[in-house]
Amino acid sequence: MEETVISTHKLTKRFGEFTAVDAITFEVSQGEIFGFLGANGAGKTTAMRMLCGLLSPTSGQAQVAGFDVFKQAEKIKQNIGYMSQKFSLYEDLTIRENIQLYGGIYGLNNRDLKSKSEALIQRLQLQEESNKPVRSLPLGWKQKLAFSVAILHEPKIVFLDEPTGGVDPITRRQFWDLIYEAAAEGITVFVTTHYMDEAEYCNRVSIMVDGRMDALDSPAGLKKTYQANSMDEVFVQLARRAVRSG
Amino acid sequence: MNTVEITNLKKSYATNKVQALQGITFNVQPGELFGLIGPDGAGKTTLFRILTTLIIPDSGTATVLGFDVVKDFKEIRKIVGYMPGKFSLYQDLTVEENLEFFATVFNTTVEENYELIKDIYIQIEPFKKRKAGKLSGGMKQKLALCCALIHKPEILFLDEPTTGVDAVSRKEFWEMLQGLKVQGITILVSTPYMDEASLCDRVALIQKGEILDLNTPQGIIENYKKPLWAVRSDNMHRLLNDLRKYDQTDTCYAFGDTHHLTLKNSDMTADDIERHLQNEHHHYVEVNKIEPNIEDCFMALMKI
Repeated sequence: MEETVISTHKLTKRFGEFTAVDAITFEVSQGEIFGFLGANGAGKTTAMRMLCGLLSPTSGQAQVAGFDVFKQAEKIKQNIGYMSQKFSLYEDLTIRENIQLYGGIYGLNNRDLKSKSEALIQRLQLQEESNKPVRSLPLGWKQKLAFSVAILHEPKIVFLDEPTGGVDPITRRQFWDLIYEAAAEGITVFVTTHYMDEAEYCNRVSIMVDGRMDALDSPAGLKKTYQANSMDEVFVQLARRAVRSG
Repeated sequence: MNTVEITNLKKSYATNKVQALQGITFNVQPGELFGLIGPDGAGKTTLFRILTTLIIPDSGTATVLGFDVVKDFKEIRKIVGYMPGKFSLYQDLTVEENLEFFATVFNTTVEENYELIKDIYIQIEPFKKRKAGKLSGGMKQKLALCCALIHKPEILFLDEPTTGVDAVSRKEFWEMLQGLKVQGITILVSTPYMDEASLCDRVALIQKGEILDLNTPQGIIENYKKPLWAVRSDNMHRLLNDLRKYDQTDTCYAFGDTHHLTLKNSDMTADDIERHLQNEHHHYVEVNKIEPNIEDCFMALMKI
């Protein structure tokens, strides 16, 4: 039996009269690639902020990486990784400096920081470039580095918020190779995307509509349930239900 | 006369020593819906800024409706509509105040050109008293489009209008563009989403400041000469790794629920591939010859 790393029960967030996240209940297992889909305004960002310990829920329960989102938000922040396309590395710092900065923020001690930095630079074969600013790296390498930095402190779970937006098609696919590698090492990957082909690469996919989690299954299961040929069709069927304006 | 004529256009930025446009040449014809398809860093925004006279090219020429982008910038600014990639309306003005503001700046009124924006505006009209900064992403996008249209421009420049927008809103946005095209407006639109190429009359595939190919979507697909196979089995991840290791494989990329495969030897058949995969202990193997899509073509043309 795989360990459960995210578990929520009727997790809810209200802003005044507005229910942004409406009693979502789900579990994610260790090493799972979990796709988190929904139209703009469906509540994805709010839900993700709660799971990352950045926003306190209104009601319900949730545990992330073994910690309670109400009482142990700081512990959650230390035990997860986070990466998005927009927020990643400091372009003016060198590759080594970026690794050390993030490793330090994630609380690695000096000895671990040093050995892990060197190991990472070797594994990515960036020895020659390690003292050059990140700006000089090709986009694909930047992404690889940003992802590696997000999991440097060996979190149980990494949150990826639209990691492949605006990226060329080959780099986008190389990024998914990294996701599979991390999952194979037992890291849970929680990922949002607007690319429906990427939904196919997840073990399970959830789709949020108007703050609710209206669907949760494997891509094959969802296509069967909604009698659809592709995840794009599944998504369109569900998102068109929305009453709330995107 | 072509609506847009671009000849050997170059632009570099001193700050990061990057050549954003490396000598681009193409035309946009009157009434055309023309797509610039490419990832971040392709030079799409630089090109829009030159065409809307916000920056000056290093060399080469560009004209919009016959006006030169450097000499005749005042004329161009009156006749183009521009929706930048970054939301650029006044966040603390309401929906209707923004619209009136842009109409006034262009010496016209909302009433005069209402017909053009009507179909789009009625979708956000219930929120006309709301401040633009408080709108959802989809509504901001519709308001920005209305503001870019309110002076009845002859050409519309849309820089990544669908980036970060969900699949349903993207479809709706393209339906709006088709509606504008019918009204005779020429549209130059950029996008990183390859699947949107098929909705354009013609497209330029662009990467790192260079055009990889320029044609109708069908023309681009017809230029893809190699046989392309869609392959699946009961273990897609292992299948991808095994196909990459296969000595007959030229390229293999994941494509949603299948992998797209090209082989070094064009004479090989589906049976050959199936037989190889059965030897590798894959089950429920399916191999079908397929027509490529724009993303297949883009990857085949890419320079890495």
